[in-house]
Amino acid sequence: MSTTTTDVPSHGGHGEHEHNPYHQHHFTTMEQQFDTSKLGMWLFIVTEILLFGGLFVGFGLMQHRYPREFIEAHEHLKQLIGGHPFPLYGAVNTIVLLVSSWTMVMGVNAAQTNQKDKTVRYLVITILLACVFLVIKYVEYSHKFHDGLLPGKFYSHQAEDLIKGTYGYHTFFSFYFMMTGLHGIHVLVGIVLLSWLAMRARRGDFTSAYYTPVDLVGLYWHVVDMIWIYLFPLYYLIS
Amino acid sequence: MEPAVTSGARIGDRPRPKKNYLNETKGIWSWMTTVDHKRIGIMYLVGTLVAFLLGGIFALLVRLTLLTPQHTMFGMQVTAETYNRFFTLHGAIMVFLFIIPSIPGSLTNFVLPLMLGAKDVAFPRLNLASFYLWIVGAIMAIASMIIGAVDTGWTFYTPYSTTTSGTVTLMTAAVFVLGFSSIFTGLNFIATVHKLRAPGMGWFDMPLFVWGMYSTAVIQVLATPVLGITLVLLMLERVFQIGIFDSRIGGDPVLFQHFFWFYSHPAVYIMILPGMAIISELIPTFSRKTIFGYRAIAYASVSLALVSFIVWGHHMFVAGQSQLATVVFSALTFLVAIPSGVKVFNWLTTMYQGNISLESPMLYAIAFLMLFAIGGLTGIFLGTLSTDIHLTDTYFVVAHFHYVMMGSTVTAFVGGLYYWWPKMTGRMYNEKWGQVTAVLWFIGFNATFLPQFILGSRGMPRRYYNYLDQFQPLHAFSTVGSWIIGLSLFMTAAVLLASLRKPADAPDNPWGGTTMEWQTSSPPITHNFEDQPVLEHEPYDYRPKAVTH
Amino acid sequence: MSTHTESHSHGGPKIYTANLFALLFLTIITVAAASFNFGSANVIIALAIASVKATLVALFFMHLVWDKPINSIIAIAGFLFLGIFLMFDFLDVTTRDGLQPRNMTPMENATPVPDTMNPLKAAPPKPFEPAPAAPEEHK
Repeated sequence: MSTTTTDVPSHGGHGEHEHNPYHQHHFTTMEQQFDTSKLGMWLFIVTEILLFGGLFVGFGLMQHRYPREFIEAHEHLKQLIGGHPFPLYGAVNTIVLLVSSWTMVMGVNAAQTNQKDKTVRYLVITILLACVFLVIKYVEYSHKFHDGLLPGKFYSHQAEDLIKGTYGYHTFFSFYFMMTGLHGIHVLVGIVLLSWLAMRARRGDFTSAYYTPVDLVGLYWHVVDMIWIYLFPLYYLIS
Repeated sequence: MEPAVTSGARIGDRPRPKKNYLNETKGIWSWMTTVDHKRIGIMYLVGTLVAFLLGGIFALLVRLTLLTPQHTMFGMQVTAETYNRFFTLHGAIMVFLFIIPSIPGSLTNFVLPLMLGAKDVAFPRLNLASFYLWIVGAIMAIASMIIGAVDTGWTFYTPYSTTTSGTVTLMTAAVFVLGFSSIFTGLNFIATVHKLRAPGMGWFDMPLFVWGMYSTAVIQVLATPVLGITLVLLMLERVFQIGIFDSRIGGDPVLFQHFFWFYSHPAVYIMILPGMAIISELIPTFSRKTIFGYRAIAYASVSLALVSFIVWGHHMFVAGQSQLATVVFSALTFLVAIPSGVKVFNWLTTMYQGNISLESPMLYAIAFLMLFAIGGLTGIFLGTLSTDIHLTDTYFVVAHFHYVMMGSTVTAFVGGLYYWWPKMTGRMYNEKWGQVTAVLWFIGFNATFLPQFILGSRGMPRRYYNYLDQFQPLHAFSTVGSWIIGLSLFMTAAVLLASLRKPADAPDNPWGGTTMEWQTSSPPITHNFEDQPVLEHEPYDYRPKAVTH
Repeated sequence: MSTHTESHSHGGPKIYTANLFALLFLTIITVAAASFNFGSANVIIALAIASVKATLVALFFMHLVWDKPINSIIAIAGFLFLGIFLMFDFLDVTTRDGLQPRNMTPMENATPVPDTMNPLKAAPPKPFEPAPAAPEEHK
């Protein structure tokens, strides 16, 4: 058979750069390794899109089944501001996540440009914003629990007057808790990942030659933001 | 039928390396913490074959119950509940613990990086994580069987699955974990094919095995997450009664079927595409002829993967979906048969006027062609609305999917196992006994499942533990066939394991293959190739001047 | 990724900040739009604005504009197949009971459904109990 072999050195690079300690040996260059990691991350993101997407499809189909009840039920996600119902918690959370997306990408940029302190600072701010999100979520949930609006079989009789004899309310809130709950779990996981990143950044692990973990966690965080971008109008704004 | 290179011969006078991936590091810890794709492949092979054995035992129990019309086995009554558990566990173990993970996890893991001239897959640690997820899922599934086995059928249809007393939640969680094992494997292969090809190897220089596995990986990544969310919804429905699938509280049971089959139809292509990928390697090698229609087969693989996503409603023709949806899904189902047909014709044309040698892998490949033709064609009968009304939920369906899943995928898997056995272990098995297993397999498989087409078209329903007396002769024939299958598989295991007692002296390229895995030693060294191989010829180049070195 | 400066020309604080303001602006728009009633177009408008926001996040925050095209193809594939799932499910759910055979016309003076067969008025049917196993008797 006529395959030949060439003497390509097993280390990447041509002597310009020191051998990077993060270079895995089945890749010829760091660039190939970074591109591959990003590709792998995007593939993982697609699985998240389809996982959450399934819930969106379920929600959409149930809304088609109970359009009136869904529209009425979602009024409970609004708060009275100056006498008018307004999705305050939802809107504030949206802004919080958008800003956190910005701080995240600024953190990636700082790691990419060898600015260690800035990287840590942006990562920490992102974590704080994520915590704010969860606190607001906690407040929202406690109001719901107080009104007896709970998922599934815990939907209690305190909310009897809201049920009005159909299943639509009950289904709406099941989906509400499932989707915001799953999203909240992803935010929590994000906080854990960001904290790990911040610790590594403080240690000086990330430079312009290697900032892959920051980039990949950044992509994850943007996905979390993107899911909320779709959740917010569907739950809080449809009328 | 001499092998192309005699035992012990070497390519280019390269001495046989003393250290290979099997003996370079020793001890169980080195295996448990390995990130070498070859070792992970071997571990997957052992695991999935154990699962195959377990699923096979349940199959034999099903067939034993059906030997007589009165659901007795060895004189004892088999209750309906027990029978439900037999076929549920048979299905769930075979689908989730064996067929979906086996070829990607074992043969592909081993061979794909070698075929690409790479040192490993893109994410070796993720590869090991995939394997451990499989182990965890397997333990959970077995635990659920012991604690209180599931009796819903492997399809977990609501509302039975949300109300029955078996350990549905634990089994569902097990499948969820196994799903992620599958996703990560697929993710790994996609990245590997995109980024780790040898210098000179463009997309259309890759072996067709890689095209088939790439298509499989695309389905794994896109479809399995929907199974994940389906299982989560099922568990939440069961535990918290959220009301999505239960019509008593406002849900829609057909919705469960939509969610379930959106994954499970592409899943059957996760099962068949690797089998087809193996056949694309076996046929040109043992016909010593360039594959006919390389690009057609490559495009057919990808289009099979993509079209598989738009036909899932054909599992639901009588479930209660709208008439318009059934018509649309039926029409699209005819579409998905076309790429399969293209492949079969191309394989046959490759064999035509080839220099065919009938070693065991080739016998299994030829069996595949015949069994897949039957399996694929009977799928069309089921995709046609007017005939499906009569055939749905009968033994016709059971026969159809066994012809494609077992008669095709498992046939190809065993053929591939024989084919790559010398590469993986460095030993040649006993060829004559291998050929005997192939013949027994073909006879046993047809004896078991051909009668089931007849049973189904005459009205025998599936998942029933008793039947009208007139069906007994065919059922008995089928049961005896299942014993022949068992014998064939037992013999295959014996043939392959017996070879391990010989010293590891298989040649680098016993079959005269043209793909890159045959350029390195049998078994390969840990980092696969001494120096980075560079591709210099077209795939499947069997022209005479290319053979001599 | 490289250690060379080409990565610096991609992205940068100015573009990111501009993107953030665009996203915040769109958020205000979508909240404002919700206070008007466009009927059945409500959902479509809300989702359209959300999609624009998501696209901005993907293109600029997630770097797709500067990345190799394969990453964008992967992302689009994810949404595409989700769309297929949604589309076919809606096809089913919205056309149930919708397709009437053309050769049927509603009967005039049709027999009214008796109350015992009307699920809204009759008692729910008793659950099925399989008959007890008959004793083994042969002629």
